Amino acid sequence: MSLLELDKVSKVYKTGTFGGELKPALREVSFNIDKGEVISLIGQSGSGKSTLGKIILHLVPPTSGTVRFEGTDISAIGKAGLRDYYRRVQGVFQDPFSSYNPLYKADRVFDMVKSVYFPGVRGTDWQAKVEAALESVTLNPGDVLNKFPHQLSGGQQQRLLIARALLLDVRLLVADEIISMLDASTRVDVLNLLVDLKRRGLGILFITHDLSLGNYISDQTVILRQGVVVEMGETPKVLGNPQHTYTKSLLAAVPQLHKKWGELGAGATVIPAGEVRAGSSNGKIAHDEVGRYSKSPLHPLRQGRGGSGGPLSSVTKTAGGRPSLMELEDAPWQRRGPKAKKSPSAVLSAYPAPPLQECEAGHFVATES
Amino acid sequence: MTLEVDKLQISYRTLRGDVRAVDGVSFAVDDGEIMGLAGESGCGKSTLGNSLVYLEGRMKHAGGTVRLDGEVLPISDQRAMGRYRLKRVSIIPQYAMSALNPTRKVGRMTAELLKSRGVRYDSVEEELKRRIDLVGLPQGVLGMYPFELSGGMRQRATMVISTLLDPSLLVADEVTSALDVSTQRAVGEMLMEFRDERFVKTIIVITHDLSILAQVADTITVMYAGKLVEKAPAATVVGEPLHPYTQALLASLPEVGVRYEDAPLAGIPGRPPSLLHPPAGCRFGARCPFAFEKCSQDPPFMELRPGHEVACWKAVRDIGGTSVLAEADQPGTEGPAGPGAGSEVPAVPRPGAQLASPTSAVSPGPGEWTGQGTGQP
Ligand SMILES: Nc1ncnc2c1ncn2[C@@H]1O[C@H](COP(=O)(O)OP(=O)(O)O)[C@@H](O)[C@H]1O
Ligand SMILES: Nc1ncnc2c1ncn2[C@@H]1O[C@H](COP(=O)(O)OP(=O)(O)O)[C@@H](O)[C@H]1O
Ligand code: SF4
Ligand SMILES: [Mg+2]
Ligand SMILES: [Mg+2]
Repeated sequence: MSLLELDKVSKVYKTGTFGGELKPALREVSFNIDKGEVISLIGQSGSGKSTLGKIILHLVPPTSGTVRFEGTDISAIGKAGLRDYYRRVQGVFQDPFSSYNPLYKADRVFDMVKSVYFPGVRGTDWQAKVEAALESVTLNPGDVLNKFPHQLSGGQQQRLLIARALLLDVRLLVADEIISMLDASTRVDVLNLLVDLKRRGLGILFITHDLSLGNYISDQTVILRQGVVVEMGETPKVLGNPQHTYTKSLLAAVPQLHKKWGELGAGATVIPAGEVRAGSSNGKIAHDEVGRYSKSPLHPLRQGRGGSGGPLSSVTKTAGGRPSLMELEDAPWQRRGPKAKKSPSAVLSAYPAPPLQECEAGHFVATES
Repeated sequence: MTLEVDKLQISYRTLRGDVRAVDGVSFAVDDGEIMGLAGESGCGKSTLGNSLVYLEGRMKHAGGTVRLDGEVLPISDQRAMGRYRLKRVSIIPQYAMSALNPTRKVGRMTAELLKSRGVRYDSVEEELKRRIDLVGLPQGVLGMYPFELSGGMRQRATMVISTLLDPSLLVADEVTSALDVSTQRAVGEMLMEFRDERFVKTIIVITHDLSILAQVADTITVMYAGKLVEKAPAATVVGEPLHPYTQALLASLPEVGVRYEDAPLAGIPGRPPSLLHPPAGCRFGARCPFAFEKCSQDPPFMELRPGHEVACWKAVRDIGGTSVLAEADQPGTEGPAGPGAGSEVPAVPRPGAQLASPTSAVSPGPGEWTGQGTGQP
C-alpha cells in the first residue's frame, strides 16, 4: 500500500455566470506516492497542477475518481477525521503570507497549530517544540520569531511554514510552486531541505513548472498537459529519455547555461494552426503550440552574433506563413465558447485520457494521436 | 557606444539615512548589444535600470553621468527626461504584468501613453498593427483588457508598446521571471528579435536567472550590493567566470540531465548586506570562501583580460600578478568608495606583500567553487 494513491482522479470546474460552462481541469490522473519519495508534478500554467494539489489536500472535491491516503478513501472522512488528516497531510504554497493579516507576526502560524492540535501542551514545552522544528529546517529561532512576514526573506518564510508542518505528525507534504519566486541561491537551500525531509521518510508532491528543479529533487516525475498525464516514471528516465513530443518540447525550452535554445531543436514541431486551443470549454482536447518557436524570416542577422544564434533550420512558421511565438498558456477568450449543455461526466467521457504504455521498466508514456 | 554609464550613484532617501542602492557603477552598452544584468534580489538591479528612465520620488541621483548616443541624459530632471521617455529610453518595469491599468483596454492605454508623449496614435497605428502581427498576437488584443490576456501575451503586448517608437535603450526588468519555461523561451527570443529588427538599439535585460541570460544576452554584467563585480561576453561569464560571486551563482543552478544524489548543490550561505551601511572592503567578503587580508580594501572594477572586467583581489592575484596590481594602485581607476560618497576617495591598494606572489596554489582556482565558505557556516 502506498502512502497516497490517486485513482483516475478527474475534475471539471463549473464556470461562467451561472455555472453554465464546464471546464475540464484533470482527466483520469492516476499515480502513487510512497513514503520517502519525492514526485515532481510538472506542467505549464493552467495544466491542473494546483487543482490536483488541492484535491489531495481535501480543499476541492474531485468530480470522479478516488484519493486514498494510507489506504483510506479521503472523500469518506468527516469533519473530525479532517482534523486528523491535516495532522498528517500538509500543504505549502507560493507566497504564503500574501493573504496574511499584516498586523500579525509570522510566528502566529505556530499558535494556530497549538490551539487546534496541542491545546494541552504547556507554554515552555511548546516553545521548545517550536524551536526544535525551526532548527530542523536550519532556521535560527532568534532570526524569525517575533517578526512580521515582510521582515523575513522568501526562503525564511517557506522554511517557517515547512517547520510548522513538521510540528505535526506530517507524512505527506504538498509543495506547490514554493520556490519559483526565490533567488537561485536560496532555492537550493529549500530544495536541499526537502531532500532531507524525504530522507526522514516524508512523501512529497513537488509541484513546479521548472524541469530543472523537478530533476534536481525528485525520484519520480509526472508530466501533466491540459489535465492529462502524458508521461511519467522514474525521473532519470522521463527527463533523460523522454518519449512524448510534449515532454521533449518542454525540455527544449529549458534555458541551459552552455547550450543555446536553437541548438537543441527538439521542440521544433509544426502544429497546424487552427487547432482548438488550450482548454476550450467545448471539451475538445486542445493542442497547444508548444515547440512552435519561430523567428522572423526577414532578419537572419542573429546568426553569428550573440544571442540565440540558432540555426534557421529550426525555424517553423504558422500555416499562414507568419511567424508566431508559441502560446502555452490558456488565454481566457479562448475559453469562451458555446455554452455546453453537457454534464461533467459527459464532458469527461467524451474525451477520455489517452492510455499510458510502459515503454521501458518504470517509464510510462501516453499514446499520441 | 549607445549607452555609457559613468560612476553612477543612486540612493534612496529614508528616515534612517540614504540607501546606496547603486554605488559608483560604470559600464557601456554597444549598438546592437543585449546586456544582461544579474545578481540576487536586493543588489540594486532594478534601481539601476529604473534610474536610466525614471527616477521616482525617493530616488536621488547622487553622482555620475549617463550618456545615450553621445548625449548626456538629464536623469535627475523628470521634466527634461519626459522628452526622452518612450522615444529614446523605455522600460518594462518589474511587476509590469500586474501594473497595467486594469480599467483601460490595451489599445486605448497605448493611445493615451502616446498622447502623453505628444505622438498621435494614428501616425503609428499601422506600425503597431504590423508589430502585433509579428509577435504572433491577434489584432484583437487592442480591444481587450489586460486581465483578459495570459501572462505571456501581456508580456508581449508590453514589449510591443514600449518599443513602438524605436528607442535607443530598452530596460526589461524581470520580464521572464513569472513565466513558464516555455513562455520564457518565447519572450526571450522576442527580445533578440526586437534587437535584430532594430526596434531598439540596446537592451538591458535584468534577471536573477543567469541561464536566461546565457540564452539571450551578448554580455553579462553581475551586480552585488550596489556595485558591479564582473562584466564579460555571455559565454565567458558562464564558462570562465572570475569573480567568486559569479561562480557561486552559477554553482547554485540545477541543470536538467544531471543527477545530484551524491553531489548536492551548495547555494550561497548568507544574504547580501544592507545598503544603508554597506560593509567596508569587498562587499562579498562575508560570504566569500576565498577572502584574504587584502579583501578588507575595496577591490577596483578593472579589465583583467580583454573585454573581461572583474572586481576581486583574488582574480587580480590569479590573473594579473604584480603588473596589474601596480595598475590597480593608480588612483582614479574606480569610482568613489567608502562612506565619503561623492568625494574622490579611491581605496588605493598598497602593493601588499601577500599580493607580490601571484601563486594560486594555496587557494582553489576559479570555477572550483566549493561552497565551504570560510565566512559563514
Ligand atoms: N476554482 C476554479 N474555477 C474554475 N476554473 C478553475 C478554478 N481553478 C482552476 N481553474 C481552471 O482549471 C485549470 C487548471 O488550473 P490550475 O490547477 O490552477 O493549474 P496550474 O496550477 O497547473 O496552473 C485552469 O484552466 C484554471 O483556469
Ligand atoms: N523605495 C525604496 N526605499 C528604500 N530602499 C529601497 C527602495 N527600493 C529598493 N530599496 C533598496 O535598494 C536596494 C536595491 O533594490 P533593488 O534595486 O530593488 O534590487 P534588485 O532589483 O536587484 O532586487 C535594496 O537593498 C532595497 O532594499
Ligand atoms: S576574494 Fe576577496 S575581493 Fe574577491 S570576492 Fe572574495 S572577498 Fe571579494
Ligand atoms: Mg498552480
Ligand atoms: Mg528588481
